[in-house]
Formats: sequence, C-alpha cells, structure tokens
Amino acid sequence: MNRPESVQKQEFLSGARGTFPLLLGALPFGLIYGAVAATSGLSMAAAMAMSALVFAGSAQFIAVGLVAAHTPVAIIVLTTFIVNLRHMLYSATLLPYLKNLPQKWRIPLAFWLTDETFAVTVHRFQKNDSSAGKHWYQLGSSIAMYLNWQFWCFLGLVLGNRIPDAQSWGLDVAMPVTFIGMIIPFVKTFPMVVCVLTAGAAALLTLAMPYKLGIVVSAIAGIAAGLMAQRIVNARKGALQR
Amino acid sequence: MTANEGWMIAGMMAVTFGIRYFLFALADRIRMAPWIEGSLKFIPPAVLTAITLPAVLLPKGDWQVSFSNPYLVAAIAATAAGILTRNLLATIAIGLAAFFAYRFVL
Repeated sequence: MNRPESVQKQEFLSGARGTFPLLLGALPFGLIYGAVAATSGLSMAAAMAMSALVFAGSAQFIAVGLVAAHTPVAIIVLTTFIVNLRHMLYSATLLPYLKNLPQKWRIPLAFWLTDETFAVTVHRFQKNDSSAGKHWYQLGSSIAMYLNWQFWCFLGLVLGNRIPDAQSWGLDVAMPVTFIGMIIPFVKTFPMVVCVLTAGAAALLTLAMPYKLGIVVSAIAGIAAGLMAQRIVNARKGALQR
Repeated sequence: MTANEGWMIAGMMAVTFGIRYFLFALADRIRMAPWIEGSLKFIPPAVLTAITLPAVLLPKGDWQVSFSNPYLVAAIAATAAGILTRNLLATIAIGLAAFFAYRFVL
C-alpha cells in the first residue's frame, strides 16, 4: 500500500504532467501578452504584476488593449469582472469535490483557477477511483500553469521591444486552435452537440453586445439548450423502457 | 509603476479572485438544485465555443467566412485533427501548422 505522502506527490506530479499540452498552448499567449503589453504604454512592472496577481490570460489581453486605448480604470475593472464571470461556473463545477477541504486549500486553488487547470482537473475529479488526493492533482496543474505563464510573459516583455509587431505574425491563432482541442473531448453525446451548436450560434448573434457580454449570454443559451436536449433524450429512454 | 496602474491591478485582482473564490468560500452553506448540478457539464464546452467561434469567423473584428481566412482554415484543420487523433497536442500542432503553411507558404 502507498503511504499518503507518496500518493499526494504522485497526484501533484501527474497534475503537472496532465497539464503539459496546455502549457505549450499557453506559451504563445504568454509571449504575445508580454510583447503587446510592452507596446501598450503599460510599464514593465505593471505588466508583470498583472500576470503575477491577476493571472487571467484573456482578461489580461483585453486590459492591455484597453490601456492602449486610454480606457478609464473603472471600465477596465468592470470588463475584467465580466470576462472572468465564467470562472464562477468553473468553481461551481469543482465545488462538490473541494467543499470539504480547509480554507488554506480553497484560497490558493481559487486564485490559480484558470480555463486550462479547470479543463484538466475536472476530468481527474470525475474519474471513478477512490484517491483521496485529487486536490493535489489540481495543485500540480495550478502551479505548473502559474510558473509557465510568468516565464513566458516575462520573456515576451523582454523580447517585446525587439519584435515590434508580434500580433501581425498571427500568433493569436494559438487561442482558437487550443480551445478547439479542449472542446472536442466534451462533445460525445447528442445534448452536448446541441449545447455547442447553440452556444456558437448565439455567440455570432450577440456580437453587438458591449463588454464581451455576448460570451456570457451565449454560454447560458448553450447550457439551457443542452439541458433541454438532455430532458428529451431522457424522456425517450423512459418511454422505450416502459 | 504609476498609481493608476496600481489601482487597475488591485481592482482586476480583487474582482478576478472574488469570482473564483466566491462559491468556494460559501462551500459549506450551499446546496445545489439537481438541475443546476446537471447543467455543470455543459458549461466548459459552451463557454469555450462562445469564445472560439467569433475569434475564428471574425479574426480582426470583421466577418471573414471564406477560405482566404487563415484562422478559419486553421480551425477546420484543428477540428479534423481533434476528431481523428483525440489528442490535444496534435490538434494544436496541426492547427498551427495549417495556419502558417497557408499564410506564409501558399
């Protein structure tokens, strides 16, 4: 039998390992964030502090864009709030697995909760084994993401002054391509197909909404459509069994 | 760092951590309705799709639904690669390769 410490270490390391492809996915974002921040008028200290203290890729990108456009601080903070609202949906998903942990665990795991760590960790939590150390898996994923992000942001900032126009290289394509790779494993059932198609269509219909609010509205539309499809599927199954 | 930058980062940090921590903080006092619990599995694909599709079809803020849009070409390649390989790293690599091949070679 394994001692608890070795189980914890194993979970931690396999969390970091499981996140590896996403570390590579975050690499170009980090570099581009640094490069864009370097040319936005934001000081290097502020750009690094944002990565270290806010730690939210898409919100950081948007904030830097708003800084470059001389947007007031209050609007930048409000936009950050809206863009990051999806994280509340993530913490709702993880809540059943983390609610019995003490605050000294919940606080850091909340601070480090990103799209990537969520996507990797939720699969670990949903596996039907009785490991008592699954939160160590999330910790491993979190710390790997955090250190990786700081490193590439810093490198991007340093290089930023030398590569004047990183975005025109088209490195921003890394984001949609990475997200597509993250979406596909979820799409296995009919309700999931309905959910994704609805969310996508709604996102295109709500483009005119301000502050990226369309993302939140479309996600809710997709979730509602998925739930309804699930209900229809379940009703049919029930009818067939009768 | 200027004072203005300091306020911006403090504000962004507060709202971001607040959102991420809110439900964890209340954990002991919250019981979720079954339909809410059933909806959770739809959240990640719904959010990711809502971010991705506009980024692909309107890469610079304008509609570009044609094969002259390298972001769309990369997305189609990545989708095909994702379905065939079921491997995230391969999906990213093939998507990026398609983008740069299309943009700089063809």
